[in-house]
Amino acid sequence: MTEPLLSVENLRTYFYGAQAVAKSVDGVSFVVNAGETVGIVGESGCGKSVTALSILRLIQPPGRIEKGSRIMFEGKDLVSLDDAGMRDVRGNRISMIFQEPMSALNPVFTVGDQVAEVARVHGSGSRKDAWNRAVEMLTLTGIPSPEERAKQYPHQLSGGMRQRVLIAMALMMNPALVIADEPTTALDVTIQAQILELLVDLQKRLGTSILMITHDLGVIAETATRVLVMYGGEVVEEAAVTTLFETAHHPYTEGLMNAMPQITESRERLNVIPGTVPPPTAWPSGCRFRDRCPYSWERCEREHPPLYQIGEGHTSRCHLAEEPERRAHPHLPLVEQAGATL
Amino acid sequence: MNADTPILSLSFARARSRIRDTDRSLVFALILLAAIAIPCLLAPVAAPYDPNAQPDIVGLRSVPPSLAHPMGTDPVSRDVLSRLLYGGRLSLSVALFATLVSVTLGTAYGAIAGYTDGIAGTILERLLDALLAIPRLLLLIAIFALWRDIPITGFIVILGATGWYGLARLVRGQVLALKRQDFVASAAALGAGRMRILTRHILPNVTTPVIVAAMLGIGHIIVLEAGLSFLGLGVHQPTASWGNMIQDGSDQIANHWWISLFPGLAIILTVIAFNILGDALLRVLSPRQSRFE
Repeated sequence: MTEPLLSVENLRTYFYGAQAVAKSVDGVSFVVNAGETVGIVGESGCGKSVTALSILRLIQPPGRIEKGSRIMFEGKDLVSLDDAGMRDVRGNRISMIFQEPMSALNPVFTVGDQVAEVARVHGSGSRKDAWNRAVEMLTLTGIPSPEERAKQYPHQLSGGMRQRVLIAMALMMNPALVIADEPTTALDVTIQAQILELLVDLQKRLGTSILMITHDLGVIAETATRVLVMYGGEVVEEAAVTTLFETAHHPYTEGLMNAMPQITESRERLNVIPGTVPPPTAWPSGCRFRDRCPYSWERCEREHPPLYQIGEGHTSRCHLAEEPERRAHPHLPLVEQAGATL
Repeated sequence: MNADTPILSLSFARARSRIRDTDRSLVFALILLAAIAIPCLLAPVAAPYDPNAQPDIVGLRSVPPSLAHPMGTDPVSRDVLSRLLYGGRLSLSVALFATLVSVTLGTAYGAIAGYTDGIAGTILERLLDALLAIPRLLLLIAIFALWRDIPITGFIVILGATGWYGLARLVRGQVLALKRQDFVASAAALGAGRMRILTRHILPNVTTPVIVAAMLGIGHIIVLEAGLSFLGLGVHQPTASWGNMIQDGSDQIANHWWISLFPGLAIILTVIAFNILGDALLRVLSPRQSRFE
């Protein structure tokens, strides 16, 4: 098998507060192969965005990537790379699409300037070349009349249009990997579909790998080939996307699937997983999901589960892998209806 | 327009389309300023007499306005209109260059203080607080009282160098807020270095408040220069400035009113014009304050 494009090994990113240390990302490992789309899914606070920012080393103090973490990319360890080397990777080999298309664009420059700026930063060609390439990229992202649009300011563009501009910026240098952090969350549903379609289409044409970070399983289903489910700063389940949707193993993943609204059933209220994510300053001992888990037993408190191999390319951080019979006896409902307990 | 064009032209280019659907007060301020500044700048051509000539110190002493002397003459028979134009040229240039000095210092200091994290940033902030506590006018009176024959360049530099703290605080606050914006993180994620992020991505967003503050600053320096010259500490006789011209007529303002009135009016109109201009530019240059968005 060929070398993976990106290999994250035991990534730990901690934030040092005055009272406590927040272990936002705590021992995450995964690989992204060339041309592949990997999804990272999880609810707010599970560490997925911090993982993305760690890869580009954009963690600000008091946050820190701990010693022993390795992020291998194109033969280099990004954790120990010097600043100049890191700047050369950012935007050039790995780029990022941000969540908020409004605030991720600079209000005082035309969008064409901002796309061209990526080429200027990486010092390729003249100002005119950069501009022409920017217009080319805007064309590629399906912006109508790109020459005129390039001369407009962000506030003159709609949300979907601005997200296309961000995609153009991310793809400007033809990077090997694009990290998309909730790229469709701020958009309305019809535009979301268009943007996802665009990303998938551009990926096929350019051969870029995508790391898709989202809380929306629908987005994962439409774009990803492989999925990592994160909970409590850890990967709790990894599987091919079809496997995950058909035979989710981890109770958290199972809960996520059941919480998804189905078009085929009518429901008054949405289903939710009971409880909330514990704070990253105090992960529970043993399994971090046990407080919310319908199957948890005393082993879950005593023993932190490793990633068990479930099947081909399918791992799960749950003791049910060794004691599957316990799945038959949940002591809590897997999901409850939102507001039902109020 | 490209990211490499100088910062000022960026905002002006954006403003061009908005200036077209005219802001009345902007036009008014510009016309008023032009009416004052153009004759002053053309003083060597426009002035009817030599501003320092004393043709007849007895016969032409404090003559009221007439056809020969539209604004009268001063107590030593000099033509007030000619002195007003030459004095205006000096006062306006002093204000302009001193503001240039203070805007440069204030923007640079504020940008660095706002962008620097940790202890260094805190030290820069506290130092600014300390500088802001110094009463400017008293400091200037002390400096110019001790250093009477200061050359005009020195005068300008000292006026500018004592007037940038407020602007620095303004810029610091803006930079502090801007550096946490997503587009700054986005620029970092695209590979821009710290210097490039500060100068190319953050500072262009500060242009509007800086331009507005500069306009108000010019007005302030005109008043300050006039005050110092009035006290005999700024521009010295026989060179004319609006401030020392008011001083020339101050002891006989009741019967020879024209000697002080005209330079006084010139100061008032100029300062008002710059203040209106500042307000109008704020409206025109702010991207989100335009009428239809």
